[in-house]
Amino acid sequence: MTDVLPAELGEAPSPAAAAAPQRPAAAAEQRIRLRTFTADGLLALLGSAAAAIGFCWVAYERILPLTGALGFWLLGYLFFLGVYGVVTAIVWGRRAVVDRVVAAVMYSTGLLIVGIILDQIGYTIYRGEPALRHLNFFTQTMAQAGARDPLTVGGVLQAIVGSLMQMGIATAIAVPLGILAALFLAEVGGRMARPVRSLVEAMTSLPEIIAGLFIYALFVLSLGFERSGLAAGLALTVMMIPFVARSSEVMLRLVPQALREASYALGASQWRTVWTVVLPTARSGLTTAVVLGMARAIGETAPVLLTSGVSPFMNTDPLHHWQTSLPLFIYDAVHYPQQSMIDRGFGAALVLIIVVLVLFTIARTVGGKAPGELTRRQRRRIARDLYATSLERASDASA
Amino acid sequence: MADSTPTQPLTAVLPAVADPDTPRIIVAPVTAADRVFRGLLRGGGIAVFVITGLIALFLVTRSWSSFRLAGWHFLTTFEWLPGTRHFGIGSILVNGIIIAVIALLIAVPIALVTALFIAEYAPVPLRRALIALVDLMAAIPSIVYALWGVFFLQSRIIGLGRWISDHLGAVRVPLKVDNDVQSSFTSSPFLAGLVVSLMVIPIVTSISREVFSQTPQGEREAAYALGSSRWGMIRTVVLPYGRGGMIGAIMLGFGRAMGETIAVSLIISPVLYINTHVLQHGGYSIASLIALRYQDSTPQVISALMAAGLVLFVVTLAVNAAAGVIVTRSRSGLQTAD
Repeated sequence: MTDVLPAELGEAPSPAAAAAPQRPAAAAEQRIRLRTFTADGLLALLGSAAAAIGFCWVAYERILPLTGALGFWLLGYLFFLGVYGVVTAIVWGRRAVVDRVVAAVMYSTGLLIVGIILDQIGYTIYRGEPALRHLNFFTQTMAQAGARDPLTVGGVLQAIVGSLMQMGIATAIAVPLGILAALFLAEVGGRMARPVRSLVEAMTSLPEIIAGLFIYALFVLSLGFERSGLAAGLALTVMMIPFVARSSEVMLRLVPQALREASYALGASQWRTVWTVVLPTARSGLTTAVVLGMARAIGETAPVLLTSGVSPFMNTDPLHHWQTSLPLFIYDAVHYPQQSMIDRGFGAALVLIIVVLVLFTIARTVGGKAPGELTRRQRRRIARDLYATSLERASDASA
Repeated sequence: MADSTPTQPLTAVLPAVADPDTPRIIVAPVTAADRVFRGLLRGGGIAVFVITGLIALFLVTRSWSSFRLAGWHFLTTFEWLPGTRHFGIGSILVNGIIIAVIALLIAVPIALVTALFIAEYAPVPLRRALIALVDLMAAIPSIVYALWGVFFLQSRIIGLGRWISDHLGAVRVPLKVDNDVQSSFTSSPFLAGLVVSLMVIPIVTSISREVFSQTPQGEREAAYALGSSRWGMIRTVVLPYGRGGMIGAIMLGFGRAMGETIAVSLIISPVLYINTHVLQHGGYSIASLIALRYQDSTPQVISALMAAGLVLFVVTLAVNAAAGVIVTRSRSGLQTAD
């Protein structure tokens, strides 16, 4: 039942056993093949599924007064679990029933999660694709088009620019502060670390609207600035700092203690150790943390709702006037009754998802490695250096 | 020196005057540069405190006039008429909690089972991809979920809602819908909770998966050695080990559900009474109140919204902090040693 051992272990005959003189009793022994999936297991699953769907169709469509696709599949799934339990009891005995049924629930929930995510992205692509088909969607602003104009006029350039600028402001402020806080937690510690860590964790799921409300109270009402791109960027900063701090701390903790100790043993001071050992070792992980934070920030709607506003005009000045961002544009567009405006909203949502997906892919490819794990190029360079030094030594020895 | 005389007994190397039992006192010299560096890092840590403190400070100062006007009745009043003395979040808070609870009822079973699946059942090569997928689910902007809820799910969920209302409504009153027309089933707390649950799932999944995967390997193998099936092992080893983490994760999910703004304000049709009929249109939450009303920006309204925001801030911060403490304790100091 366990998948800890690879399946090949059971199959490959060990040379020692083959060479040893075989006793007659040992020849009759059968190896147990460790496998998660077996033919009868798979057939039992498929058979139960077929039986459940058929049974459910009869019950749902012919006997019970029910309609609706969602209910059909829900009921069918319950039937499936029941049938599968009975089949398990017949084939593998009663003791295996709970184990097998739970395993079936586990696998189907995993599939459900994958399905939900694909459904989210797929639906956005399906609804947003008509707007993206027109190039003007990326090159024009809504200043050229009204709500009733077709998709061939107007676009979301101003929202894309606004989103990128606000994300840039938030990143520029939140990343240094967040990494400083993470370094404090991982490297300095002490009595103050515990409350700071609890607070960071609590702030990570701070309601988004509170960040907007806070910047509105501080920046707009108290300091007298206007609602602008900078205010929106600051609100995103408030959301981003705890996120970057928390995930960076996790990455810094993965740096092996032995590396730090080696650096101290060479007489390095703490800041030198952090600067030349800890941070470079955790570089890929920190990049992941930062890029995921950026992906989080660009998708936030509520903080920018109060601190900036929707405007159809291009505004590259973050200090003055409202600066629209993609989420804000979507939120506004889907309130219109006109179909073309709703299409534009979905188009902007698709652009937003693409940006998030790109950032996410960057984060994964950069940071998929454990700290200290080397890229192929780095490994090659080390091999080259080793080869060079060995050549030098050889020439020294011969000289 | 020690290399050249390996056979020499160790005591001979020590000076005769030193008492061998007294440990040396090691003093690491802290340079001035290090002191500055530590101060800088400490500043980064304090900055988090300062920001949290500033949020509380500004919400309190800006909402002070509202609290003075409405007093404690702010927490119990159902009307929302800022400018008079009759405004409060009595019904709004309760309606928000109803949505959060619905979201948790849907999200928690799915999330916990997914976490177990990733940590225990999924084939090892798939595991990393699944973890990345759950992270992606957390990174999808909430407005995308909201659009899906409004434009895709809303019309398709009516059938299910009507079926539940017809067949279970007589037994369980909260499932009853009074006026059986299609529009009664839209903009309901149930629909809002369903969409919010999609945002709660990744949080609960990732935290509980982390805790599950830290279960000591020796105890798992002990359970297998005693003849346990895989589910038996999970039930007796993994779940008890991860209990604290699960509770903490659920509480963090509750905090997230309480604070969700955009999906709720797009879906719900705001009402100022407590709507316990969860399938019927009408509901509210503090976050969506702020998002929907900030444009009536007379000073009184803004002050009242700040007061509502302060309540939300205090509630979620308390829930999240408690959850953080529980999660930290459940890891038995493994990762959090100072």
